[in-house]
Amino acid sequence: MSYIGKPKISHPKATKNSIGLTKRDYEGVVSTLCAGCGHDSVTAAIIQAVFELDIKPHTLGKMSGIGCSSKTPAYFVSQSHGFNSVHGRMPSVTTGANAANRDLTYIGVSGDGDSLSIGMGQFAHVIRRNLNMTYIIENNGVYGLTKGQYSASADIGSKAKKGPANQQKPIDPVSMGIALGATFVARGFSGDKEQLVPLIKSAIRHKGFGLLDIISPCVTFNDNKESTKSYSHVRKFYHQVIDTDFVPPAQEIKAKYKKGEAMPIYLHDGSKIVFRRVDEQYDPTDRAGAYAYLRESIKKQEVTTGLLYIDKECDDMHEIAQTSDCPLSKIPYDELAPGSEELANIMNRFR
Amino acid sequence: MKPTNIEDPNYFHKVVDCQWACPAHTDVPRYIRMIAQGRFTDAYMVNRESNIFPGILGRVCDRPCEPACRRNRVEDKAVAICRLKRVAADHRDDITDRLPKIPTKKNGFKVALIGAGCASLAVANDLLPLGYDITIFEALNTTGGLMRTNIPQFRLPPETLDEEIQYILDMGADLKLNYRINSFNEFLDKREFDAVFVGTGAPKGKELDLPGRFESNNVHIGIEWLESVAFEHVESIGKKVLIIGVGNTAMDCCRSSLRIGAKEVKVMARKPRGFFKASEWELEDAEEENIEIIVNHSPKAFVVENQKLVGMLFEEMEYQIDDKGNIDRGKVIREKIICCDDVILAIGQDNAFPWIERDIGIDFDKWDCPVVDETTMMSSREGVFFGGDAAFGPKNIIWGVAHGHEAAISIHKYCSKEDLNHRLPPGMNLASQKMGMHEWSFSNDYDESERRLMPHVDLKERFKQLDIEVELGFTLEQTVTEVERCLNCDIQTVFTANLCIECDACIDICPVDCLTITDNDDEDILRSKLTIPAENIKQDLYVSEALPQTAKVMVKDEDLCVHCSLCAERCPTGAWDMQKSTILLPYAKDDLISNVASKTSNN
Ligand SMILES: Cc1cc2nc3c(=O)[nH]c(=O)nc-3n(C[C@H](O)[C@H](O)[C@H](O)COP(=O)(O)OP(=O)(O)OC[C@H]3O[C@@H](n4cnc5c(N)ncnc54)[C@H](O)[C@@H]3O)c2cc1C
Ligand SMILES: Cc1ncc(C[n+]2csc(CCOP(=O)(O)OP(=O)(O)O)c2C)c(N)n1
Ligand code: SF4
Ligand code: SF4
Ligand code: SF4
Ligand SMILES: [Mg+2]
Repeated sequence: MSYIGKPKISHPKATKNSIGLTKRDYEGVVSTLCAGCGHDSVTAAIIQAVFELDIKPHTLGKMSGIGCSSKTPAYFVSQSHGFNSVHGRMPSVTTGANAANRDLTYIGVSGDGDSLSIGMGQFAHVIRRNLNMTYIIENNGVYGLTKGQYSASADIGSKAKKGPANQQKPIDPVSMGIALGATFVARGFSGDKEQLVPLIKSAIRHKGFGLLDIISPCVTFNDNKESTKSYSHVRKFYHQVIDTDFVPPAQEIKAKYKKGEAMPIYLHDGSKIVFRRVDEQYDPTDRAGAYAYLRESIKKQEVTTGLLYIDKECDDMHEIAQTSDCPLSKIPYDELAPGSEELANIMNRFR
Repeated sequence: MKPTNIEDPNYFHKVVDCQWACPAHTDVPRYIRMIAQGRFTDAYMVNRESNIFPGILGRVCDRPCEPACRRNRVEDKAVAICRLKRVAADHRDDITDRLPKIPTKKNGFKVALIGAGCASLAVANDLLPLGYDITIFEALNTTGGLMRTNIPQFRLPPETLDEEIQYILDMGADLKLNYRINSFNEFLDKREFDAVFVGTGAPKGKELDLPGRFESNNVHIGIEWLESVAFEHVESIGKKVLIIGVGNTAMDCCRSSLRIGAKEVKVMARKPRGFFKASEWELEDAEEENIEIIVNHSPKAFVVENQKLVGMLFEEMEYQIDDKGNIDRGKVIREKIICCDDVILAIGQDNAFPWIERDIGIDFDKWDCPVVDETTMMSSREGVFFGGDAAFGPKNIIWGVAHGHEAAISIHKYCSKEDLNHRLPPGMNLASQKMGMHEWSFSNDYDESERRLMPHVDLKERFKQLDIEVELGFTLEQTVTEVERCLNCDIQTVFTANLCIECDACIDICPVDCLTITDNDDEDILRSKLTIPAENIKQDLYVSEALPQTAKVMVKDEDLCVHCSLCAERCPTGAWDMQKSTILLPYAKDDLISNVASKTSNN
């Protein structure tokens, strides 16, 4: 929170993307979160990602529930659509929005509280639907907005700034996502944009449900030494299993990868994700392997990051439901609602 | 790179672009904030400390600070630093009680200053409060040097000059007017003085010895002609006037001509625009008065008929300019006569010391300029110092003042038999400006207003008399807006590495992307891998110690920081803070010897 807004000037050498916008054109209002909150860094990474993907602001839908994390869509891409829904209900509101207009790019921002407690049911079902969206959990192990109670992602023994250590078993959104059949599952860290930005870009370009669990420390209530979601703890136990590079369509792969190590996966729009294995045995297309690996690394207390699982063949909600290619919102009203007479006819068919 | 040593006063001083560029290092942002608070007298005194003549310089300073101003790099126009100086001078109260007290008991040393221009006056200003007995010898019947004889009254009113020179004379200088030194040897032989300062300027206008030059009385040398106009020896000029040269003297010559009878004035430039010597604002002011500037005309001969000048022959030139902006010698494409009644030559000045014998221990270089030490201002003859235009050729007022300060330090040391090269280094104070969670002692919000324009006397009015000052000074509204444009470059971003938790908050909020956390490296590599590569190598990188969590470094490119404080506001641990750097420049009075120096104790 600052009293002054971010000045409207920018670096004269700031680059423009292919639609003529600078990164600053993708900003929102000035954040009202605590200074140093990980969520603000995630916001900055989202801005960087949509800027680099040349996304037209008015084609973006920003969706959220309740929490400090859920406030953040106000802080990026002002000129876009948005819906700040009730606590834990962002998945259904996004489902509705996407059902009506499949042409928008949806980015949902949620928290560990919003998704793993009150919104757990919604979270599971939006995965089942393979809704085409990017689903970001800004995971800090606490309910930041309500002053730091432990959330469902808090580790046993982890201690927040005040009160006794957490004693209940944590829910790991990544393992759960893989178990539930999510088609794109990644984990990042607000303090490592080099990894985070390509992950967000890949999730946006993935056709289907892109789950991103981002460890995003709450500086005010959960950044103390005894917390496993603090900046210093995450850095100490950081384990990047796979290096992800997002390459847009029609662009050559520039980064140099050692033969055998590099593994490109082509997405539906022609862009590719290039993986470089940091851990030899890891294969992000092997669901059972990924799950087993994660269970092991949790035992070792590692914070495993990277694009952990991807299945790009699965149909998304619209394909499963065989809806029209044209967004419902663009179909003329007469066609969309054939009238009460036609409705009676349809009903009659079931009598 | 090694961590930046911010204890070196020069590091933060350089960040204050204007102060660094100012030869006298005027504390610009400080006085601008004082004006913002309505403290005009305080602002005047801050100026006076370093530049001595705020009223004069607030009008006619060459303002090297303005091209240096950060605002040029952030958007396109500098803060009107010079105009704001004048605001302080215009609205100040009486300052006489704030001037240094002059000791009634002198220290016994006698110092002679030759010439009563800005350089000598600066020496007097610094030495009189220390108890020196100062005598100023001036050839003319008035003080001020070129400030009075050459800078026209429509730019610099005599009252302003008189007032600010009088402050110094009133400190007790013994002024001897109409006293030209004709033989330095004789003067020095009398051994009347413990030290001598030569501030006699660069008094000779350059000649243009082309055919016909001496066949009429209508070809004038710019600086001599301006002096004659100032002293009313010349009160008219022909209808059609050509000015040769396109420097600042040319601008004063053309505008003066318009005020004493010329109707059609052309400034003849040998080269194209962009290669002119005149300051941007002087060109603008001349063009506002419908002066025509004709480019690519190289003078070849004066055309004289019956001992009367009727025109001038020029070669019209064509030049090639390469991608680096270098111009070739050009080729002549045709010749052309331009009719005129008078020609004024304004192609530069030379030093001239006919009164200094060449065998008295003062070395001269191959351009016939005295050899002067750039730090101490002493010549090869001990106890003889030079400053202003006399030292290194024609410069400007603020350089003259800066030389004066340095020479005063040297004279003080010389009289006390101290090593002249053993000078006090500059010092620095740093003080946090935090007043609350998001409150700072200064106006940190970026103001998007454009530079205010100086209001001028109406074009019809201003030519009625020679001494109508053209510039009216900023209005209250203009002042209020202009002060907010200053970026407070002296309020520094100061970083404490061991507090940083690498949350990136400062990096994300910075409006001009000047912060980066990255692995340390050599300077070139670091510069290339910043959030936005730091291409302006004139501006430093501020590199931290290794950060506690990752051993990376915080790097700040000082180039475009607008001192908005957002990095410090967003920092959860206070690793960034906004601290005002006050650069402490040593003057003669700061030498501890000032307490002990007196002729009796040293001899
Ligand atoms: C036309 C013109 C316009 C200018 N405009 C500006 C401007 O707008 N802004 C700016 O900053 N600068 C300007 N300058 C430059 C500026 O005026 C000079 O750089 C500055 O005045 C030099 O100061 P000084 O003290 O070294 O010498 P001067 O000002 O030249 O003073 C030297 C004094 O020494 C006296 N003297 C010389 N010889 C002797 C002797 N033998 N015995 C006794 N006395 C002697 C002279 O009579 C004179 O009074 C301008 C110069 C010119 C020619
Ligand atoms: C229906 C309902 N129940 C409870 C709350 C109180 N509440 C607000 S935010 C929040 C938890 C937010 O935690 P999280 O999603 O982790 O967000 P964070 O603030 O940590 O980013 C709760 C329980 C509410 N706003 N609405
Ligand atoms: S309370 Fe925690 S999560 Fe909420 S803004 Fe502050 S630091 Fe961020
Ligand atoms: S913005 Fe102000 S302080 Fe900064 S360089 Fe310009 S005038 Fe000087
Ligand atoms: S004060 Fe801080 S945030 Fe503002 S421009 Fe400078 S470095 Fe950037
Ligand atoms: Mg939370």
